[in-house]
Formats: sequence, structure tokens, C-alpha cells
Amino acid sequence: MKADVQERSGAAGAGHAGTDRAIGDVLLSVENVSLAFGGVKAISDVSFDIRKGEIRAIIGPNGAGKTSMLNVINGFYHPNQGTITFKGTKRHDMRPYIAASQGISRTFQNLALFKGMTTLDNIMAGRALKMRRGLLWQALHWGPALWEEIRHREAVEKIIDFLEIQHIRKAPVGKLPYGLQKRVELGRALAMEPELLLLDEPMAGMNLEEKMDMSRYILTVNDQFATTVALIEHDMGVVMDISDRVVVLEYGRKIADGTPDEVQRNQRVIDAYLGISH
Amino acid sequence: MVVLGQFIEVLIGGLLAGVLYSLVALGFVLIFKASGVFNFAQGAMVLLAGLALVRSLDFLAARGVPMWAAIVLGLLFAAVVMAITAALIQKLVLGPLVNQSDLSLFMATIGITFVLEGAGQMIFGSDVYPLSLFPTDAWFVLDGLFEGGLLVNKLDVWGGLIAGALVAGLAIFFQRTKTGRALRAVADDHAAAESVGIPITWIWFVVWLVAGLVALVAATVWGTKLGVQFSIVFLALKALPVLIIGGFTSVPGAIVGGLIVGAGEKIAEVYLGQQIGGGIEYWFAYVLALAVLLVRPQGLFGERIIERI
Repeated sequence: MKADVQERSGAAGAGHAGTDRAIGDVLLSVENVSLAFGGVKAISDVSFDIRKGEIRAIIGPNGAGKTSMLNVINGFYHPNQGTITFKGTKRHDMRPYIAASQGISRTFQNLALFKGMTTLDNIMAGRALKMRRGLLWQALHWGPALWEEIRHREAVEKIIDFLEIQHIRKAPVGKLPYGLQKRVELGRALAMEPELLLLDEPMAGMNLEEKMDMSRYILTVNDQFATTVALIEHDMGVVMDISDRVVVLEYGRKIADGTPDEVQRNQRVIDAYLGISH
Repeated sequence: MVVLGQFIEVLIGGLLAGVLYSLVALGFVLIFKASGVFNFAQGAMVLLAGLALVRSLDFLAARGVPMWAAIVLGLLFAAVVMAITAALIQKLVLGPLVNQSDLSLFMATIGITFVLEGAGQMIFGSDVYPLSLFPTDAWFVLDGLFEGGLLVNKLDVWGGLIAGALVAGLAIFFQRTKTGRALRAVADDHAAAESVGIPITWIWFVVWLVAGLVALVAATVWGTKLGVQFSIVFLALKALPVLIIGGFTSVPGAIVGGLIVGAGEKIAEVYLGQQIGGGIEYWFAYVLALAVLLVRPQGLFGERIIERI
């Protein structure tokens, strides 16, 4: 993509400015990734990177391949071509289990919660990888397994406090309103104490107040726990406000990459969003 | 007094027989809860577990191994057979079908049924093998109150005790442990479970292993009652109304459903059978299930199906 003059621009963005968070080295990079379903090309030869500590947005019109890209990063989809490098290890494809155990957690566009389970159990499920006691101890439900359960329960309670969802702790999540379900899903992802948090449209279907809350949670997570965030979002106001760098996809191709300011001024991005051809 | 005595006797007999249905239904519930799959092969797993147990007992007894040691070794051997079965099912059948529709998985379990039936009988033989782990005679209780006392079958009481212990253990395992939570998580959403790092293949193995062990427990009781034989497979059919009444997703539901079916069909047989010609026992459970389906499709204890529109 020759048009990407912005590609090599600096990391610190216009939005989310005023904080002096350290944006570090490259945490994850995808190189020349292509993905096709039968004859349909979802992603064509896309490369970009995510740096430690930043908030990275992936935007683009519907069907641009954004969610497919997240699925490639967390191993649900295996790209036909290209590589994914995470924490210095280069892989042809990720596996969900490996991604999770290496520190990548995610939320989903259309919510993927354990609907029959309570808020508490949903978030506790996020601790699955951190709990080490074997089946036998668990079956006894005694001794080390019980202590472990209590210790992780404390960590989960902190997350519940942080997300202000104490009142729905014991409620089955399938019955909660949408905005709260989104929050529980974020809680489950945070329970994994991820290094890289992938958020697929965290604010879709939310009202203004809920969006502001969600933005605050994302910024706090990024600031205080130094969690790297990559998010897909359609609300341009939010994207430009909170992200450090933005990559823009259209029809599976990368058309721009840079700070929010640069991307906003990019003619191809404006065209893609307004649908002008020339 | 005689009338009341007879009623109580029928009720107790029915309830205890119902517990035995619950034992089979439990295996279904476990797999359904954890994978959303209706496991058609549960009956065949009871048969396989029973055959492995009874044949290894015979083998050991014929070589002069003391009875208690033979029972321990036989149970261990059968447990290992069920573990191997679980591993093979996971590896060969479920593994390639991850993220496929529930219907495909259900069809696959029909295939598993035939393989288990065939393989089990090829390896262990296809006769009727008597099993005598539990006493099969009866007590007569409350002799003073009712004339001749009430007949209570010892085997049924054993079955009840075992089922109670099993349910208590499973309830704790499912509700309070990491693996139990992971099992429920996988049942709810494969992709979400994978994204938090729950290894689906391991979880499915655990589920089928637990279902296999429950099948083994069911086989000890049913094998003692009927002898280990091919017709045990058809127990699966009797578990179906139990599941519909209790709810496919509920362990307590399987127990209560079993009790309702057991007591219902015995009472219907004794009191209704005379009026309409008998043989009610064989279809009464299905009528009960139909009635429940009309009023409460998720069953008495099932999770209400939540769909947001």
C-alpha cells in the first residue's frame, strides 16, 4: 500500500494525550496476513504492529475484515499467508489456548458470555488458566484446591469493584441488560490479567453514559495496569479520543495507519467512510 | 390400613425404582450440560461398563482371587475401560467436530452407540452375565403397623444410597470447582471458553470420563437387577421421559424426574391398570413427559432458554 505515508509516524497519538505513559517496543506484529473463506478474501496482505502500553484502534467500514483480524490474532482463524509475532515468537498461526496462556484476552462483538452462569462464575472462568490444582484436589474440594479458589475469588472481587457491578454478582448474566453484559465480558477478559486486551466493539449498542463509563474503564486499565489494548470501534469520537494509533482497513486491505489526527486527514480514509469514488 | 399399606409399599417401590432411572439419566445430563449434546450412546456406555466389570470379575474369581479384591480390581478395570473409551471418543469423533452444529454431534453419538455395542460384545461376549454386587432380597419393615409389613427391596435401597452420594459429589464438582466451572463454560459457548484459555479437548475428555463413570455406577445396580445383557442399552429410552420431566440441564432434575417416573408408573400400574387393562408401566412415563412438554418445555428444573431479540 503505497499511500501509507503515515505508516511510519510516531507512536504517541493526539488523543489520550496528556499522560506520560511509556509506549514501549512492539508487542505484537502481524506481517503480510491474508485470509480467505473459499473465494471470499477477508484480509489481503495486511501488516501492522501493536506496541507495549498503547491503545491501538482498528477501524473501517462494515465488512472490512476487522473482526477477522482479531480472530487471526487470537487464533480462531488461521491465516492462509503471513505471520503473527507475539512477544518475539513468530508463528504462522495462533491457537486460542496458546494465545490465552501467553496473555491475550478478548471480548466479542456479539457478546460471548456464559449465559446460564452468574456474573461471579463468568469472571471466575477467566481465571481458569491461573488455577493450577488438579482434578483430584478439586474433586475433594478441600485443602489446596479450596485455598486456591478463595485466593482467586479475591482477585475477582477487585475486578467486580472496579467495574462497579457488585449488585449483579449473583445474577445469571443472560438476564442482564446489554450494557451490563458488556461490562461482565470485559471483567472476564480482565480476570486473565492479560498483556494484550482485544476488544471487539466494546461500545456497540450503548448509550452515551455507558460509552463514557466504558471509555473510562479502558483508559484506567491501560494506565494503571499497563495493559496494551487493541480495539475495534465504530464510534469515531471515542476512537479519536482514546487511541494512540489507528489502523484503517477497507475490503480487507490496510488503507491507513497512524495517529488519530493523521488518519482523520487521510483522503483515502475520508473516501472510504463517505463512499466517494474518483 | 391394608389399603394405605399397599399404597405406601407401591410408592416406596416406585420411588426407589425411579432412582435407578435417575442413575442413567444423570449420564445424559452431564454430557448435555457440558457440551450441549444429547448423548445417544449413554445406554451403550452402561452396557460396556457392565460387561467390562462382570467379565473381569468372572475372570478374577475363576483364578481364586478373593471376592473383595476382585471387586476392587474389577471396578478399576472397568473405570480404565471407560477412560480409554472417553479418550477415543474425544480423539476420533468429537475432536474433528469442534464448532459443528449440535445436530451433527448428536448424529455422531448414534454412530458411537453402534460401535460401543459391537465392540463391547465382541471383546467381552454377548451372553447374559449375572452380577451380584448387592443383596437382592427384601426387607419387611413396619411389621407392627401394617399386616405382614411393607416389602422394601434391598437392591433398590442400595441404588438410592449410591445415587444420593453420586449426586452430592457431582453437585459440588460442578458448582464449586474450576473444572466444573469450565465444563459449564464450554457448554454455554465454545468460542468464549477457548478465548479464556479453557482447553476444550481436555474438558470434553473429562465430561465423557465422568459420564462413563456414572454409567459404571448405573451398571453395577442395573447389572445386579437384570444381569448384564444387551437389553440394558434400552435403558436409554427409559431415561428420555425422565430427562424431559426433570430438564436436560439439571442434575437434581434427573433425580426428581426419575422419582416422578418411577412412582408414577408403579402407582398408575397398580391403581389405573385394573381399570384399563394393565401394561401401563411401559408407556405411562411417556404420557407424563408429554404433559410436561406442553406446560413447561424446559422441564421442571431446566434452565429457561433465554433469547434476547
